[in-house]
Amino acid sequence: MNHVFLYALVGVGLFTLGLYTLIVCAHLLRKILAINVMGSGVFLVLVALGGRTPGAIPDPVPHAMVITGIVVAVSATALALALMLRVRAETGRARLPEERLE
Amino acid sequence: MNWDAGLPLLILSSSLLPGLVIFFLPEERVATRTTLNLGGALLKLVLVGVMVWGVFHGHHYETRMPLLPGLDLVLRADAEAVLFVTLSTVLWLVTTVYAIGYLEDSPHRSRFFGFFSLCVTATVGVALAGNLITFLLFYELLTLATYPLIVHRGTEVARQAGRTYLTYTIAGGALLLVGTVWIYSLAGSLEFTHRGFVAELVDTHRAALIVIFVLLIAGLGVKAALVPLHGWLPQAMVAPAPVSALLHAVAVVKAGAFGIVRVVDDVFGVEVAANLGVTGPLAAVAAVTIIYGSLRALFQDDLKRRLAFSTISQVSYIILGIAIVGPAATIGGLVHLVHQGVMKITLFFCAGNLAETLGIHKISEMNGVGRRMPWTMAAFTISALGMVGVPPLAGFISKWYLGLGALDAGQGWVVFVLAGSSLLNAGYFLPILYAAWFKAPPDAWPAERTWGSRETFWLLLAPPVVTALLTLAAGLLASAPFSPLQWARFITAQEYMP
Amino acid sequence: MAILLPLVGALVCFLWPRRSVPLGLVTAIGVVTCVAGLGWQVVVLGTQRYAVGGWGAPLGIDLYADGLSLLMLMVTAGVGLGISAYSTSYFERKQSALFWPLWLFLWAALNALFLSADIFNLYVTLELLGLAAVALVALAGGADALTSAMRYLLVSLLGSLFYLLGVALLYHSFGSVDMAILAQRMEPSPAVWAAIGLMSAGLLLKTALFPLHFWLPPAHASAPAPVSALLSALVVKASFYILLRLWLEVFPPGNVALGQLLGLLGAAAVLWGGIQALRQTRLKLLIAYSTVAQLGYFFLAFPLGTATAWKGTLYLLLSHALAKAAMFMAAGNIIRFGGHDRIADLDRVAHRLPLTVTAFALAGISIIGLPPSGGFIGKWLLLDAALRAGQWWWVVILILGGLLAAAYVFKVIGYAFTQAGVLQETRTVPTIMEWVALALALGAILLGLFAPWPLALMEIGLPFGRESAG
Repeated sequence: MNHVFLYALVGVGLFTLGLYTLIVCAHLLRKILAINVMGSGVFLVLVALGGRTPGAIPDPVPHAMVITGIVVAVSATALALALMLRVRAETGRARLPEERLE
Repeated sequence: MNWDAGLPLLILSSSLLPGLVIFFLPEERVATRTTLNLGGALLKLVLVGVMVWGVFHGHHYETRMPLLPGLDLVLRADAEAVLFVTLSTVLWLVTTVYAIGYLEDSPHRSRFFGFFSLCVTATVGVALAGNLITFLLFYELLTLATYPLIVHRGTEVARQAGRTYLTYTIAGGALLLVGTVWIYSLAGSLEFTHRGFVAELVDTHRAALIVIFVLLIAGLGVKAALVPLHGWLPQAMVAPAPVSALLHAVAVVKAGAFGIVRVVDDVFGVEVAANLGVTGPLAAVAAVTIIYGSLRALFQDDLKRRLAFSTISQVSYIILGIAIVGPAATIGGLVHLVHQGVMKITLFFCAGNLAETLGIHKISEMNGVGRRMPWTMAAFTISALGMVGVPPLAGFISKWYLGLGALDAGQGWVVFVLAGSSLLNAGYFLPILYAAWFKAPPDAWPAERTWGSRETFWLLLAPPVVTALLTLAAGLLASAPFSPLQWARFITAQEYMP
Repeated sequence: MAILLPLVGALVCFLWPRRSVPLGLVTAIGVVTCVAGLGWQVVVLGTQRYAVGGWGAPLGIDLYADGLSLLMLMVTAGVGLGISAYSTSYFERKQSALFWPLWLFLWAALNALFLSADIFNLYVTLELLGLAAVALVALAGGADALTSAMRYLLVSLLGSLFYLLGVALLYHSFGSVDMAILAQRMEPSPAVWAAIGLMSAGLLLKTALFPLHFWLPPAHASAPAPVSALLSALVVKASFYILLRLWLEVFPPGNVALGQLLGLLGAAAVLWGGIQALRQTRLKLLIAYSTVAQLGYFFLAFPLGTATAWKGTLYLLLSHALAKAAMFMAAGNIIRFGGHDRIADLDRVAHRLPLTVTAFALAGISIIGLPPSGGFIGKWLLLDAALRAGQWWWVVILILGGLLAAAYVFKVIGYAFTQAGVLQETRTVPTIMEWVALALALGAILLGLFAPWPLALMEIGLPFGRESAG
């Protein structure tokens, strides 16, 4: 097992971990963070799989993709946080209504 | 576009365009609306007259536009189409006159007449449809156009009736759709042709064809009010009288019956249908409907409800005529398509007059009404006797040919059905006539309105008198050229001659 | 081009909020003209390929237009123009200043999405689309809208990440993200199947296929009317479009089991959405559940897989876009008029807002699939395809779905004729809002009468393959 594959595996692990948190935790901040963790997992997979042939120059295209992805993720997170604050201001809780009973 | 191709489209537009304009007319523009209505109806009558003449002399009128690759919308004037178009056009004109009188001063007239025109457009489309998909299109359009007319009064009862109506008809439309797609996927064509287009499938797809037949007939049987699919019809009586008249005589019920004629004659072809063994059961269903409708009619005290059950019974004569395979019976069925329309519309006009003028809705309130409204009741009497089948009125001609055809086809039981039904018809019409003419009138009518010295508003009186005269004429002049009977013979000749 | 213009428009509207209405309208008309121009090019010259910045595949960003993308662009332009016109009167000044930049931004993302030729670019545009849509939902303010927007955002991000992971796997396997190149190099392997699974799951979530539809009704029902219209009409279609593209061009053929599964889920959506719609007492929720049901239809083509079935689906999609936009606008008018959307209290709106009710009814005809309407043509093609493939059970679903749709549409119309128990205060509705709804509904009907033209457009570039016999 080479280290590239290991990175990819860790990426998938992060993805799964984030997914689990997203489903289980009710607090919106945790959900947003979970999404970010998942995103990082995917980026890790992308970068890791970019260096396919060990020792050679890594393929630049995945890097470009990751940078684009990060830009998107940052703006998404900003929007999510702003929304969360508004939700909290309106309802007094940073949760979705169907998860209020937890 | 040349004249022969444009004529069917023109006939369709002569009610569609006025209808669309009427929607946008303000309520108080009575004169404009009336002009549009009558103008459209008269124009259509003239155009149809031209078409009848043309078809009789071998002209071929057909409009075609592509709907899907390999599938066209077709309007074609064949002999059967002409029969139905003429019926609806003539009766539309009469009903329009009646409706103008009936709805004087009531609200939402623009909407009413708009949908009224759409309804007739759809009926004419059903009549002229040259293939099954065009038929389906107008058949559904008819459902949609009649719905606002049924709920027109906007009461809770009307809403319920509208809901029942839609439940039945939309479900029926769905069955029809499945049958249509299925037959298209097997035969690759939907064109109406004189001996059907599925003959070559009989050996390979026998079971499928039987199922398709059942689907199509069930889908159409809803509108034709075949038992047990008739439940919506008595409820739909909440609609204003001109709507009931149109529904029963021309538009909805007739469209269903006409569709069954088309399916048996022009989709399957009588011989193929007989070969599949589906005409026998169809005849049986029709016979049951005839007897059942008559029996139920006997026990109704509400006049319109009694007429509604009578319609259920009478329309099945048409279907019975088609289902008994044989030329004379087919003539009887087709001619009854016209005769029933003319007679039933008269009865509904009269019922509407009684309700509007004297506030009479029930048969038990009709004692002595003949003296107060002699003209109305005279028209009623002619039509009722026609329904019973008294010679020489229109209904007699139909029953004569039906009985003759049944004997020709070796199905003697049908004669008993006809006789039994005639007895029942007499059983529910004659007491009304007796009460109206011979019993003493009450001291006061439930809700009387007066129009000077006349018995009622002349716009309400003229239509039933005219249609009653037509009933007389159709019987007395049955052998004159262009009478319904002669035209039905003309159609049947095409159907049965090689 | 069609992408750049709304983007610029969005920026200008953002910078100059006081003039956002006229600026937005000018942009909308400009975009429609661009799309028409592109359409003319595609019709006359065949499929178009354009490399942004001149780099070309596999490095640069490629844009590609064939019949499928052209139709999507056109319906977006049509509905977009309608929404723009409707919004001029709908929003108050403050909301309007926020609405226009977001809406034009969303339009740009949609156009870019329909023109993208590579799967990574699809991801980016999909994400942009999602963000703009979420912001628009939140525009209504209030607890309902905000929580719905929040839920929508989380779901949207989750779906995109699934999709992106699939993209990573595909890139790893074949070293390209360009769809045409992928299609050539495609060969089944475990990684490919994992990618297909991930991408499909993500896209299904965003398309709100049953049972992943839970987020859609609250989001679509709590947004302002024009936003609901564009969400239901256009945004959910975007992720379906990606799935369709991938399925037709990239994924290896022969995944029968997955196709059947999608078909089954679609069928469940049709029934469940229909039943839920029927049970609703609020008009906007009813329409939103109707969207869930209608989305189900689109998946019935996957198990059939014939060109006829795809065309039927696309036809349903086009007419649904027009009809559903019209419906939401009609609902918006009714809310504006009576201040509520309780179905049982519609109180004779048929007399008082005849144009709006007509629009609703005409749109309903297309949604039910009655002739003559675009919905009918789509259903006819699907029915035909199902019977020819001998899979009659889809016929049953299509028919039942139509009956359910009839039940919920006419439930509304029935109440529109009757008098409610309580008298209500009413406000006037701007004429343009009524006419726009009516125009879109008429569009859905006309699609049914002029079917040969769109069907011919679908042939450009043969996205569905040739018609195979039987």
